[in-house]
Amino acid sequence: MEFLDPLLLARWQFGLTTLYHFIFVPLTLGMSLFVAIFQSAWYRTADVKYLLLTRFFGKIFLINFAMGIVTGIVQEFQFGMNWSSYSRFVGDVFGAPLAFEGLMAFFFEATFIGLWIFGWDKLPKGLHLATIWITVVGTWLSAYFILAANAFMQNPVGYQMAQDGGRAEMADFVAVLTNPVALTQFPHTIISAIMFSGGVMVAAAAWHLARKQNVEVMRPALKLGLWSVVIAFVGVAVSGDQLGLVMVETQPMKMAAAEALFNSACGADASFSLFSIGTPDGTSEIWSLRVPYLLAFLSTHTLNGCVEGINDLNLAYTTEIFPQFADQVDGNFAPILWVTYWSFRWMMGFGGIAALIAVVGLWVTRKNAKREPAPWMWKVAIWQAPLALLGILVGWIFTEMGRQPWIVFGLMLTEDGVSPNVPGWNVLVSLVAFTLIYLILAVVEFGLIFKAVKKGPDPLPGPDDPHPSDMSVEDTPSTVY
Amino acid sequence: MDLAYLWFFIVGVLFVGYFVLDGFDFGVGMSLPFLGKNEVSRRQIINTIGPVWDLNETWVIVAGACLFAAFPEWYATLFSGFYLALLLILLALIARGVSFEYRHQRNDPKWKARFDWMIVIGSALPALLWGVAVGNIVQGVPIDADFNFTGTLLTLLNPYGLWVGVTTLMLFWLHGVYFIALKTDGQVQQDANGLAKRLAIPTVVFAAGTVVWTWVIAGGRDAPLLWLSVATGAIAAVALLLSVWANWIKREGWAFGFGALTIATAVLSLWTALFPYVMPSTTDDAFSLTIENASSTDLTLTIMSWAALIFLPLVLLYQGWTYWVFRKRVTRAHIEKAEASVH
Repeated sequence: MEFLDPLLLARWQFGLTTLYHFIFVPLTLGMSLFVAIFQSAWYRTADVKYLLLTRFFGKIFLINFAMGIVTGIVQEFQFGMNWSSYSRFVGDVFGAPLAFEGLMAFFFEATFIGLWIFGWDKLPKGLHLATIWITVVGTWLSAYFILAANAFMQNPVGYQMAQDGGRAEMADFVAVLTNPVALTQFPHTIISAIMFSGGVMVAAAAWHLARKQNVEVMRPALKLGLWSVVIAFVGVAVSGDQLGLVMVETQPMKMAAAEALFNSACGADASFSLFSIGTPDGTSEIWSLRVPYLLAFLSTHTLNGCVEGINDLNLAYTTEIFPQFADQVDGNFAPILWVTYWSFRWMMGFGGIAALIAVVGLWVTRKNAKREPAPWMWKVAIWQAPLALLGILVGWIFTEMGRQPWIVFGLMLTEDGVSPNVPGWNVLVSLVAFTLIYLILAVVEFGLIFKAVKKGPDPLPGPDDPHPSDMSVEDTPSTVY
Repeated sequence: MDLAYLWFFIVGVLFVGYFVLDGFDFGVGMSLPFLGKNEVSRRQIINTIGPVWDLNETWVIVAGACLFAAFPEWYATLFSGFYLALLLILLALIARGVSFEYRHQRNDPKWKARFDWMIVIGSALPALLWGVAVGNIVQGVPIDADFNFTGTLLTLLNPYGLWVGVTTLMLFWLHGVYFIALKTDGQVQQDANGLAKRLAIPTVVFAAGTVVWTWVIAGGRDAPLLWLSVATGAIAAVALLLSVWANWIKREGWAFGFGALTIATAVLSLWTALFPYVMPSTTDDAFSLTIENASSTDLTLTIMSWAALIFLPLVLLYQGWTYWVFRKRVTRAHIEKAEASVH
């Protein structure tokens, strides 16, 4: 029975839990930065609106932080639970960045976030500000180690095969940490997280500004959000371009699959199709809209560069490079083409639309604009957040599906990594359990975020109210639960 | 000294950290229906662990990652073999973790009650199952020549495994009740002292059973550190009795301290009884995983040793500081004031 195939189920589980985890990670990476910026602004200027912004976006950040932790434990456990053969094979190399992440980054962020949440009335102002900045550094460091581990799966470096060929062993840890894939993936990930978090700020601010409430507090959030989206998009594009170059270098098949390019092509023939209609299995093309030279440029940064096609790569892999794996994959080393083709485009498309909305937003909300933005514009602005998130998620689908059929490129096929002793029904039970609990959590989580957004920041204090930061330690409750 | 042996103890210490720290917040969670008679007391109880539960939980993630890096074979055998038990632990930890964050988000008694139950179950289940898992590691499980576990969930639910599970459940619970007594005032604190007295005798009985049974199992095989296991087990026994006594004379700090010492030495006693195995095979001793055949290469272990040497003391320092920052009791007055300012 195919639905009890442990490999298939384990792959679905990995995809599902990873994507779900990555809804919360970017908001942790990006929103912590914005919260730290707002709190610093408050620290410097003593302007109460920055304090209100800190607390408002801090709350949204926190609702999401717990989800990041609990879904992160699942990620770590499932390598051993579902992919034990993989874990045995690469643990010597792959485990080290995970352990470093734990020892150096994760302890850090989890401890200091607790100090930030509960320390408002217990720590001096400057020290309390430091706790949120340490959290930012911790989460970013965390992301780096995880991406270094992932990069080993995309482009294994710094290892040697054990004498009996049974496992990969560490040869050079510095090489593992400075994997070119990790070095390019890291800025791409961080900047896209900032873009998404900026989009969330824009969405929250637009919701309030459309109703003309909390205008004085929300206006700076809108501006910072819009600028972040626009500037981050430029950064995402530049870093994505660099990542593309590394991808061509390390995983040429992934680039060929991104374009569904069957035959190698050079110069004008190496065109980039913006849209294409093909047969459902993705093996041949019926019609497409093409930009000549663009693929050559993206892949090599020269107009006359050449891009290898799927057929030529398959031939080379089968006969020369990976002949020992050829039978297992029937001579086809390409991932599922329609997935890579469309995810590659949607990644760029979703991000591009979000950035376009932000550019227009900056124009219509500029200081000397003659007219107020029309009501429908606020509604459009809100879409930046989901669009940027979709771009990120689709980007991960591209990265991970584009790696197939390898679990570690060139070293191990995905089908060889699965746990041999775990029955399919066990994986099915856990897949169903995670799907259900994640669905319930998504409903609660998004409900709470929407509720927090709608409630908005605390009102600005009137002339007679005590300034929120002037309340003495004894007055401020130390509890939030 | 071979680094793999050092890492056997470092991983052990990380699990000691995890069981001591998350242990008491499991205990606090389990006490909710017994000590939380109204909303104020429930909030008082939950807020005792509010600032620290997630940093306590980080210890299992770090322990798991270090186990993966230092002993990939052990990690692979354990996690794929104990699949359904670990799934239950994961689901419980997820339910518990989000409940802390979500219960206060709505002022609706039904909403709160639902999350309170998730906290109780999410605390009790891991407290039991971690003990079952550790017990089975010490006792040995069926493992084949490829180091793959060949049993099922029912294999794990054997008398010794369950006995150790109930022991950890009782120890964590008692430890949590001591913590509540240390961190609260008024009725909750009084009730906690009473509950600790009632828990004391069954805990001592289960703990004594585990200690003796473990020595019998380890004595039946090659166990060069059995003397250390006996010594740490004896310290655990004395510490447990001292904690009961400290609670009796209302010295909450001492009771909690001895509770922590009990868990730490009890885990070390199990760990040293296991040495030099990491997962004995009951199928054939030749298929057993040992420190030697389950570990990473020297290079990986060397790199990790430097990281642990530098960062573990730092972690202890800043986490210790966190506990110092939040050292004040969570008083009834605090909660009532917070409630007044929110609603």
